Amino acid sequence: MAIKLKELVRQKELLTGGHRLCAGCGASVAVRQVLHALPENVHAVTCSPTGCLEVSTTIYPYNAWRISFIHSAFENAAATISGVETAYRALKKKGKISEDFRFIVFGGDGGTYDIGFQAFSGLLERGHRAVYVCYNNEAYMNTGIQRSGATQFGAWTTTSPHGDSSAGKGQNRKDLTAIAAAHNIPYVAQAAVHNWRDTITKARKAFQADGPAVLNILAPCHRGWRYPMEQTIEMSKLATQSCIWPLYEVENGTWRLTAKIKEKTPLRDYMKPQGRFAHLFKPGNEGVLDLLQEFVDEQWERLQQQCAE
Amino acid sequence: MAKTVAMVGTDAVAEAMRQINPDVVPAYPITPQTAVVEKYAQMVADGIVDSEMINAESEHSAMSAAIGAAAGGARVMTATSSQGLALMWEMLYIASGMRLPVVMANVNRSLSAPINIHCDHSDSMGARDSGWIQLFSENAQETYDNVLQAIRIAEHPDVLTPVMVLLDGFIISHSIDRFDLIDDDVAKAFVGQYTPRNSLLDAANPSCWGAFDGLGGYFFEFKRAQAEGMLKAPAVIREVGKEYAEISGRRYDYFASYRMEDAEFVIVAAGSAAGTIRTAVDIFREKGLRVGLLKLRMFRPFPQQELVEALSHAKAVAVFDRSDTFAGDLGGPIFVETRSAFYEAEKRPQLMNFIYGLGGRDLPMSLVNQAIEMFKDAGSAEQKKRIVYLGLRD
Ligand SMILES: Cc1ncc(C[n+]2csc(CCOP(=O)(O)OP(=O)(O)O)c2C)c(N)n1
Ligand code: SF4
Repeated sequence: MAIKLKELVRQKELLTGGHRLCAGCGASVAVRQVLHALPENVHAVTCSPTGCLEVSTTIYPYNAWRISFIHSAFENAAATISGVETAYRALKKKGKISEDFRFIVFGGDGGTYDIGFQAFSGLLERGHRAVYVCYNNEAYMNTGIQRSGATQFGAWTTTSPHGDSSAGKGQNRKDLTAIAAAHNIPYVAQAAVHNWRDTITKARKAFQADGPAVLNILAPCHRGWRYPMEQTIEMSKLATQSCIWPLYEVENGTWRLTAKIKEKTPLRDYMKPQGRFAHLFKPGNEGVLDLLQEFVDEQWERLQQQCAE
Repeated sequence: MAKTVAMVGTDAVAEAMRQINPDVVPAYPITPQTAVVEKYAQMVADGIVDSEMINAESEHSAMSAAIGAAAGGARVMTATSSQGLALMWEMLYIASGMRLPVVMANVNRSLSAPINIHCDHSDSMGARDSGWIQLFSENAQETYDNVLQAIRIAEHPDVLTPVMVLLDGFIISHSIDRFDLIDDDVAKAFVGQYTPRNSLLDAANPSCWGAFDGLGGYFFEFKRAQAEGMLKAPAVIREVGKEYAEISGRRYDYFASYRMEDAEFVIVAAGSAAGTIRTAVDIFREKGLRVGLLKLRMFRPFPQQELVEALSHAKAVAVFDRSDTFAGDLGGPIFVETRSAFYEAEKRPQLMNFIYGLGGRDLPMSLVNQAIEMFKDAGSAEQKKRIVYLGLRD
């Protein structure tokens, strides 16, 4: 089914305006794209771990969600939604609920890659029918830009600062998308906010999956990445063009690139506009940039092979 | 007709759960609670109950899933022990803060380190301020009865507070005990159907749970409302106890008194130790010493006034604690609260604290006798030593 912008704009937004995310935040873009894929006449419960999205959309007594929402703690969104989804199956079986529901987590990278990792894996292993969306801004933003397992090598954050004896984060990010795929679940994809058509297509597949689905969506944060706030979509685009964030999916075990890269651009073009990498362009740190480029090249090679098989 | 069975304490929990047949049971194994999960999983596998089980990947996730399921409008039960309860700690506050009527059996076991799998009350005492109602059981019968009553208490609209039913690890959980089951249909009628007031799964009325209360919000009011649930709980616990007596013949209140009418020396204790103490009371009574036992059932909320009233005629009171507060020489948690309850009382008996049974150390009759000998001489040098670690090796 083709996705028409004309139709999307007529759809009711399930995340309303008036939430308090920063202007130009990638997270709300990701959420709205995913919710546009929710099948018609289907209800939904969404769950967020503690983080920017959660605190900004549910400031009591207001809340920006037109669907049911639950936040319980930071490390357990996957477990919480497991409970809700199970309650749904139990009550449906007993005839106490007749409507059709879907279950969604919108978790930050900290709540997914790090502290929430165990619960995330538990949800996938148990096979709950839920769509786990990681809006990935590559750091803990809500608590003031600390490093996470998704933070790129060399990036500045407040807990991976650069100084005389450090050039920023000293480790590469972990590959959560591949880890999710290794759970052998029906659908896993990596997406980015600039490519709305791709994200919505993937979210539709995720909602159709008969089992858990994972969407890892790059959602740039201008506060943490230190670029002008109107350039969020541009940052997202540069990330895919440089192949530091390729777009692909793993559907029932089959890997596929979903956006062709005509010409892979140098990582520098992506990093230069971001304050979090500024120190890498200063004398003495050149090697770090090369190492990151090497890591990205290797990962890209491997991904292309996986997708070609 | 009521059926008499011989089963271990974990089976008493599972039997009550079978009769309740909750919608969702998320759980994670830990000794000595594991047998509850195993037994219930078998009942699910055999189609005896139609609960959905969630084999969570940790206790933290088990309680998180319990919260999600209860917020989804399901009747939810689980069980844990010790480190498992400790791992749930963060989520205990969230369950009570969201006013979710989850019922959980906690098979009391000590907390590491050193690692020890045996009974003491330090796990549930650590959670005493988490906003959960806590009911102690003396044996398998009380465990079973408490679980059935817990559902009614938790779900009562005035209360809407999760309930923890406590049973002593191994002493109750793994000992075969004779107890009476209520008929299935009577039990089912007693617990009734559960209709949640709000639910995430109410399609017509989407709701927001666990919202952020950041900007000069209502957190304080929420907590006050939660405290209100706890204030209203005693009346409900008493009422449910009365109703339960009608179908079972067994009475339950905040505490149970044994030979208290004219008692000069009273022991306050909770859990399985009450059985041994009761026997000691009889023996000393025969010797002419007026001893009595006050067996505490409801530890949260704490029955301050009623306790003071019941103990006001005593000359001396010995509080038995199966855990410590490590607060210097303040004493164990039941002692601290009992003493605090007496602050405004006109007549204050001599109070003494006996800390016993940590890590499953046995409480034989000889130790109870020793304690009674020590505290019967109210005002003596021995008695002035307020906190005694009973049965410690030299
Ligand atoms: C157990 C626990 N540890 C730490 C925190 C503090 N905390 C709240 S949100 C957060 C970071 C969130 O980061 P992320 O998941 O990446 O989401 P973002 O804010 O970037 O959207 C932290 C550390 C917490 N709430 N709970
Ligand atoms: S700090 Fe970043 S992630 Fe948080 S609301 Fe602002 S832009 Fe979004």
